[in-house]
Amino acid sequence: MSPVLRPRLPRRAGGGRSRLLRTPKVAVGSLILLFFVLLALFGPMVAPHSTDWRASRLDNVPHPPSGRFWLGTDVQQHDLFSQLLAGGRDTLLIAFVAGIIATVLSVLVGVSAGYLGGRADEVLSILTNIFLALPGLLILMVVMKMMPDGDTGNPLLIGAVIALSAWAWGARVLRAQTLALRNQDYVESARVVGEGRVRIILFEILPNLLPILASSFIFTVIYGIGAYASLSWLGLINPTNASWGTMLNTAQQFSATTSGTWWWYGPPALCVAFVGIALALLNFGIDEIVNPRMRSTRRGPGGRRGPRFQLGLTPVVRAEEGIRS
Amino acid sequence: MRALLRRLWFYLIAAYAAVTLNFFIPRMVPGSALQNFLAKMNTASLTPAQLQALQAQYGGGHQGLAAQYVTYLGNLFQGDLGVSTSLSAPVSTVLANDLPWTIGLVGSATVIAFLVGTLIGVLAGWRRSGLLDALLPAATFFQAVPYFILASLLMLSFGFYGGAFPTGGAYDTGRYATVTPGWNWPFIANVIDHGALPAATVALASVAGWILGMRNMMITTMDEDYVLVAAAKGLPRHKVVAVAARNALLPSISNFALSISLVVTGSIVTEIVFNYAGVGREIFNAAQAADYPVMQGILLVVTFTVLGANLLADLVYVALDPRARKVA
Repeated sequence: MSPVLRPRLPRRAGGGRSRLLRTPKVAVGSLILLFFVLLALFGPMVAPHSTDWRASRLDNVPHPPSGRFWLGTDVQQHDLFSQLLAGGRDTLLIAFVAGIIATVLSVLVGVSAGYLGGRADEVLSILTNIFLALPGLLILMVVMKMMPDGDTGNPLLIGAVIALSAWAWGARVLRAQTLALRNQDYVESARVVGEGRVRIILFEILPNLLPILASSFIFTVIYGIGAYASLSWLGLINPTNASWGTMLNTAQQFSATTSGTWWWYGPPALCVAFVGIALALLNFGIDEIVNPRMRSTRRGPGGRRGPRFQLGLTPVVRAEEGIRS
Repeated sequence: MRALLRRLWFYLIAAYAAVTLNFFIPRMVPGSALQNFLAKMNTASLTPAQLQALQAQYGGGHQGLAAQYVTYLGNLFQGDLGVSTSLSAPVSTVLANDLPWTIGLVGSATVIAFLVGTLIGVLAGWRRSGLLDALLPAATFFQAVPYFILASLLMLSFGFYGGAFPTGGAYDTGRYATVTPGWNWPFIANVIDHGALPAATVALASVAGWILGMRNMMITTMDEDYVLVAAAKGLPRHKVVAVAARNALLPSISNFALSISLVVTGSIVTEIVFNYAGVGREIFNAAQAADYPVMQGILLVVTFTVLGANLLADLVYVALDPRARKVA
């Protein structure tokens, strides 16, 4: 999609990318995210041991972090550092698969509902609102429990099921925005010129929905990570798929939280939390770039205090001259 | 009135869709749900009557799909959700005991989150770029972290290590319990004590949404002409803010519909962490025991609860906004 759209994206001196990274929230968020993506890609390769490797079969006391085992061991003497390195891959993969599928679904449903209007809009809106009211995680729990054990280890299948319970939010937001864009002059003129329906949607409307698409994608990925971690923490995912969630599940089973073995449950929980925070920061930054009025300027450029916002007036900050929303 | 009827029509369709989905889920999963169930079941003995009931619920008997569907709908209309295989009690009885706890938890947490979040949002939107704005990323932290991790964090810090609150249960039980369930003050105090941390978890996780929504709406509303007029007329500052806040509140309420199902599922996960006496603990136990009837019953009841909450939000919206009453 992107190679076709690129010429239409606004280009200006300084470029969009550096502006994105200049926002501290986006910069911090993408750095953390990059770290975890690298971890997901290469973690399993650099892990010193396999996830089911056990240092000893006699010892049944969890050992705190040491030079030999950087994050200590659990009751069964698994190397927790190796498990942590390997555990990110499935979590991130599933969340991204869910994000992509859900975003595609939400564009299909949301944009067509908003653009077509009438009967189609009514039907698609009802569908969206129904899916919005369904408790996704509970449905996932029931579905996962009913599936044969072999299938609950398939990342793509899990991602698809999570996506099915997550697309409605984006669809609703996209529909609202499409409704607003549909009657804009430039869309009208494209229609008058005789552009086809598909062409108008793809080339006139969709580029203007990109920021919303991005933020709904990120939102879905956050949801996917939470959903997958929760499901595997509940023991509903095939335990041979090592992930942060399954680590927490084993920790829970051996009541690690109440026996003071913080090195067992702490690191995987922190990893899940940090991925979520990184994505939330990204989302936050995108929101502010799309809508400069929502920005909070605690400090102006160069450390001086930003302007005071008064009623009805949004002061223009000089550093933001290049920004059009 | 017509707008309201249209909404009611939607809820009817939604409820029917949920019921139908609930019927098809066990039939859509790969393999036979009944076979999976029998393979995972813990109890060894199954009476012929129970087997028949399960066949009716999950297929695999000699009834056709359409006939199964009709039987299922008929049973549902009589409030019959099947019989729990692990508790040997009707699912409806089991759920009737659990649901008040969950609704109480979600309800109180939502009210707290709404009040606190809206207030902070109004202040943050009014004093933009103030101290409160700097706190926004911190609030999103609670939103981005899965419920079960946030719940465990609170349980460990305030309950287990801090010792300020109990770490589990909805009230004291067991041999040394001094309270008797009922409408007496010691019991109510005990329930509040036990509910504080779970409610705080749900409230913390959902408060960021309220703050952000309210703040952004405030910023937009503050630019409206009528707010400028209010200020120009010389109204005191807090009254000007009140004018803006009242108008900013409406979209915030309609946004609530977007998040309610996330809040409810989140509080169910929170209940599991705290071993709280609600629907969450029940579905966890049911999942452990492969008790399909209870799991499905909970799914259905929770969906209906979410729809009910949406309806409530709709009614509030119509009550607050005269325009919503006119638009057909």
